[in-house]
Amino acid sequence: MIGLPHFLLLAGILFSIAVAGIFLNRKNVILLLMCIELMLLAVNFNFVAFSRWLGDLDGQVFVFFILTVAAAESAIGLAILVVLFRERRSINVENLDTMRG
Amino acid sequence: MNPMSAVDFALAQPEMVLLGGASLMLLVDLFLTDRQRQITYFLGLLTLALTAVQVAALPEVHYAAFGGMFVVDGVARLLKLVSCATVAVVFVYSRDYLIQRGLFRGEYFVLALFATLGIFVMASAGSLLTMYMGIELLALSQYALVAFDRDSPVAAESAMKYFVLGAIASGTLLYGISIIYGVTGTFDLGALAVRLDAGAATQVGLLFGLAFLLAGIAFKFGAVPFHMWIPDVYHGAPTSVTLFLGAAPKLAYFALALRVLAEGLGGLVPAWQEMLVVLAVLSLAIGNVVAVAQTNLKRMLAYSTISNVGFILLGILAGTPTGYRAALFYTITYVVMALGSFAMIVLLSRKGFEADQIEDFRGLGQRHPWFACVMLFLMVSTAGVPPFVGFFSKLYVIQAVLDVGLTWLAVVAVLFSVIGAFYYLRVVKVMFFDAPGEEVAVTAGPALKFLLSLNGLAVLALGLFNGALVDVIAKALP
Repeated sequence: MIGLPHFLLLAGILFSIAVAGIFLNRKNVILLLMCIELMLLAVNFNFVAFSRWLGDLDGQVFVFFILTVAAAESAIGLAILVVLFRERRSINVENLDTMRG
Repeated sequence: MNPMSAVDFALAQPEMVLLGGASLMLLVDLFLTDRQRQITYFLGLLTLALTAVQVAALPEVHYAAFGGMFVVDGVARLLKLVSCATVAVVFVYSRDYLIQRGLFRGEYFVLALFATLGIFVMASAGSLLTMYMGIELLALSQYALVAFDRDSPVAAESAMKYFVLGAIASGTLLYGISIIYGVTGTFDLGALAVRLDAGAATQVGLLFGLAFLLAGIAFKFGAVPFHMWIPDVYHGAPTSVTLFLGAAPKLAYFALALRVLAEGLGGLVPAWQEMLVVLAVLSLAIGNVVAVAQTNLKRMLAYSTISNVGFILLGILAGTPTGYRAALFYTITYVVMALGSFAMIVLLSRKGFEADQIEDFRGLGQRHPWFACVMLFLMVSTAGVPPFVGFFSKLYVIQAVLDVGLTWLAVVAVLFSVIGAFYYLRVVKVMFFDAPGEEVAVTAGPALKFLLSLNGLAVLALGLFNGALVDVIAKALP
């Protein structure tokens, strides 16, 4: 029988993969955006599982808000990426180090 | 849940005016030529003024609207008024700077107003859902503002860093919210406080959620070890944007900490107090020590922000009404000082030249004695020298910490303030005792000069008459 702990574990694993992806990835900014998206989806998983378990709809309403905000967030992230690429001709994470101190 | 009524909408009137004004500006700006751009600027100031009038008309007693999602009370009212004033001052300060750099576009003002709307929503959040929406509205506007100078490679880089780290912060915060929702079954901060009273402080699940939530809050504040973005973003963004980022959002993050930690999770004070102690001590240490090594004034002020955040957290972690009031006093006065300090960089910058090195202030005392004096007031106040207001804000926070018996913490705070005084005074030394370098021309307009002078005097006046602000805060946050 698959119960709440399984869902929470899955969400936890997805969340960890996302965080690990952000800190391990040294190549490409697009991968960072994908990891951020994965992170928010892992949280959504948590909300839906809890909502079902508690028999309370509020959690699922929250998911809709997160999905909407995530869409806006990706739009802004990609827009910044375009500006960055125009300036640098590269979207390599390792090149993002011109400021020091 | 009670259905929406006309009263609910009346309570949200300031937000509606602000939203309407910002949307109108977005439309009007489309039809303006570059020479008519001033209209957007004045519309922005007008919107802020109208909003402030609406906020002033709000009741000071506690009201919950929209089924408890939206709360109107004394703190919300005070924070909204201060943020309106702050953003209006930011507009005046940044006008000449933007014109000189060809950045005088409608987007700047529209984005800043949407960010202000985010601050308003956070100040009035009655549920974790409203809080999240406010945080994101503020954050998304800020990412766009940082990347606003499209031709600057540094700005794009810092915007990218800010975006990625900010998104991780939101994700962490949300993960914490989801766990707390799972344990308590509610998003409503009032209901959360009631359910926690029944001896919940020992539940592992809650503490787990709390840790994630706190990491998210610390990220937004820029407390060590979640401070990596602050120096790069402050440094890379156009100074007019740094001016905005350094001032107004701090009010919103204070509201975030107050609403979520003090109101919602008030039953967990011992748990979050321990975690905040660590964050506050690290922020004071790293902020003050690393600032000493900076030669770029914007970076130095960024590290100074980190150390000041440590002080705000000290007030909050006391977990008493006195502590919250001290933290609010600190936040408001810090906003005044940060506005002035960044505006000094704007004042000395001119077309093609950024006065963001400490070196650029050499000999300012001989060339422009009055503005050197204003900078002296601001630096000495931030360092915490009486009779300037920075001294009293630090004093109240330390008193609040002593009241709850954390004497060692007060000693640490004072020690690091002494270290901090060094780099503020170095700026003063450079201004008055170093020989002037090249000619420092001030091309700024009269509005900026006048308001900056007032800002410098306000630091002194607030210090001499700090009782007035204390009374206002005591009334707002009983």
